[in-house]
Amino acid sequence: MAERRRPAQTPSPTSLAGSLNRSYAMLLRHVYLLRGSWPRVLELAYWPVMQMILWGFITQFFIGHSEWVAQAAGLLLAAVLLWDVLFRAQLGVTLPFYEELYSRNLGHLFVSPLRPWELIVSLLGISTLRTLIGVVPAALLAIPLYHYSIFTMGLPLIVFFVQLLVTGWALGLMVSGLVLRFGLGAQSLAWVAIFALAPISGIYYPIEVLPGWLQPVALALPSAHVFEGMRAVLLDEGFHTGHFLAALGLNVLYLVLGAALFMRVFAIARERGLLLHSGE
Amino acid sequence: MAIEVSELTKNFGPATAVDAVSFAIETGSATALLGPNGAGKTTTLAMLLGLMTPTFGRIRVLGADMLRHRYAVLNRMNYASPYIDLPQRLTVRENLTVYGRLYGVRKLRARIDQLAEELELEALISRPYRELSAGQRTRVALAKALINEPELLLLDEPTASLDPDTGDRIRGWLEAYRARTGATMVLASHNMPEVERLCDRVLMMRGGRIVDDGTPRGLAERYGRRNLEEVFLDVARHG
Repeated sequence: MAERRRPAQTPSPTSLAGSLNRSYAMLLRHVYLLRGSWPRVLELAYWPVMQMILWGFITQFFIGHSEWVAQAAGLLLAAVLLWDVLFRAQLGVTLPFYEELYSRNLGHLFVSPLRPWELIVSLLGISTLRTLIGVVPAALLAIPLYHYSIFTMGLPLIVFFVQLLVTGWALGLMVSGLVLRFGLGAQSLAWVAIFALAPISGIYYPIEVLPGWLQPVALALPSAHVFEGMRAVLLDEGFHTGHFLAALGLNVLYLVLGAALFMRVFAIARERGLLLHSGE
Repeated sequence: MAIEVSELTKNFGPATAVDAVSFAIETGSATALLGPNGAGKTTTLAMLLGLMTPTFGRIRVLGADMLRHRYAVLNRMNYASPYIDLPQRLTVRENLTVYGRLYGVRKLRARIDQLAEELELEALISRPYRELSAGQRTRVALAKALINEPELLLLDEPTASLDPDTGDRIRGWLEAYRARTGATMVLASHNMPEVERLCDRVLMMRGGRIVDDGTPRGLAERYGRRNLEEVFLDVARHG
């Protein structure tokens, strides 16, 4: 029998470089998917653009009928664009994870040296990419259509974007963990969970509109602090550090919880043999 | 030893899928796990791969404790099974590129080209996986399983549902790979001629236990049968 020849591989599968390489491989897997399917790319941008067009007309109507909206014409448009950041970021984690389940690919992935946290890193990366593909065209189209540029918000826009991205990641990891545990029968959680947050996130109205008992629940969400902060900036009240820090702290908490839940469910999946039967 | 398993047990609630199994597999050998459906073959393979945690027992693969240090050796192993799949919308080359990167393969493009030539995938390399026939998919899955030139190759029913011609080609490629690299092979199969051709050792499983162990010819002689298929029927029906 021939003498064993070691395959040409990277030196250490346990090194950080090895981990980054594997996360990149998974990111590449989803880039290939997008690259090979222009309807998917178009769909990513379609819904945010439609939302923006709808809320642009609503804004135009309210400017003549609402003193509050007239103070800052971009209030509703900025809100809808930032809401889409949260929505797309969450779907950006869950839908690529669902792709692995649909294609019954988890078994192959986890007999490779891919660690669960490396998969998480790749999901966060593809979520960022999908969110940018979805939201940036809508934000750019709002400029010629409604003479409103969200980019005039400046530095706070980057802060709001990142905060909502992280909230979406946290929720996406929780939903992905639950779907891994309970199967694709639970996949509608991706839409159910995010829309459960919408009424109490204060996207289009201040939190003080909510009933008193609901306001503490709302303020336990990073998204509520971000939208309160956004209104403060647009109504020339300045950048609200308190809301920023609250959102930051809550985001760290929820992201850790989301990742911990995913990792725990992954361990349960290994115990129960779910990785072999994913997609069923 | 490539694999050392001691008292390996897997319970799913009150049901025992694998029951205190112990065995060792020599480096460079080809071993079959044989047994009727529900014998515990796939569960045993899944635990060897780290895809499933045992309820009890120890597993050492390529010198590593699979319960604690599996990531140190997973890049030296690989697996193919008809029960798991590859991303449907990616092309063959894209799939192999992703898996090549996951296994940290250097000179990946050349490696993919080499595999495409060896497994006659050149005409398929730019086609989406979902457009391929069952036989073509099996060849791609085998290319994925060989992408890192594994020292240990685990195969679950490698030629299930393939026509005789494709099945024969797959067996030929596996023989050639083993002869060229000295890799260790473990396969679960219901195809007795395949086991007789590819394997020099058979572990007979039934009800989660190993009920016999020997060479294909040795088992046939022990049971007074003409071939492994008759031995299989004896074990499956009479224990």
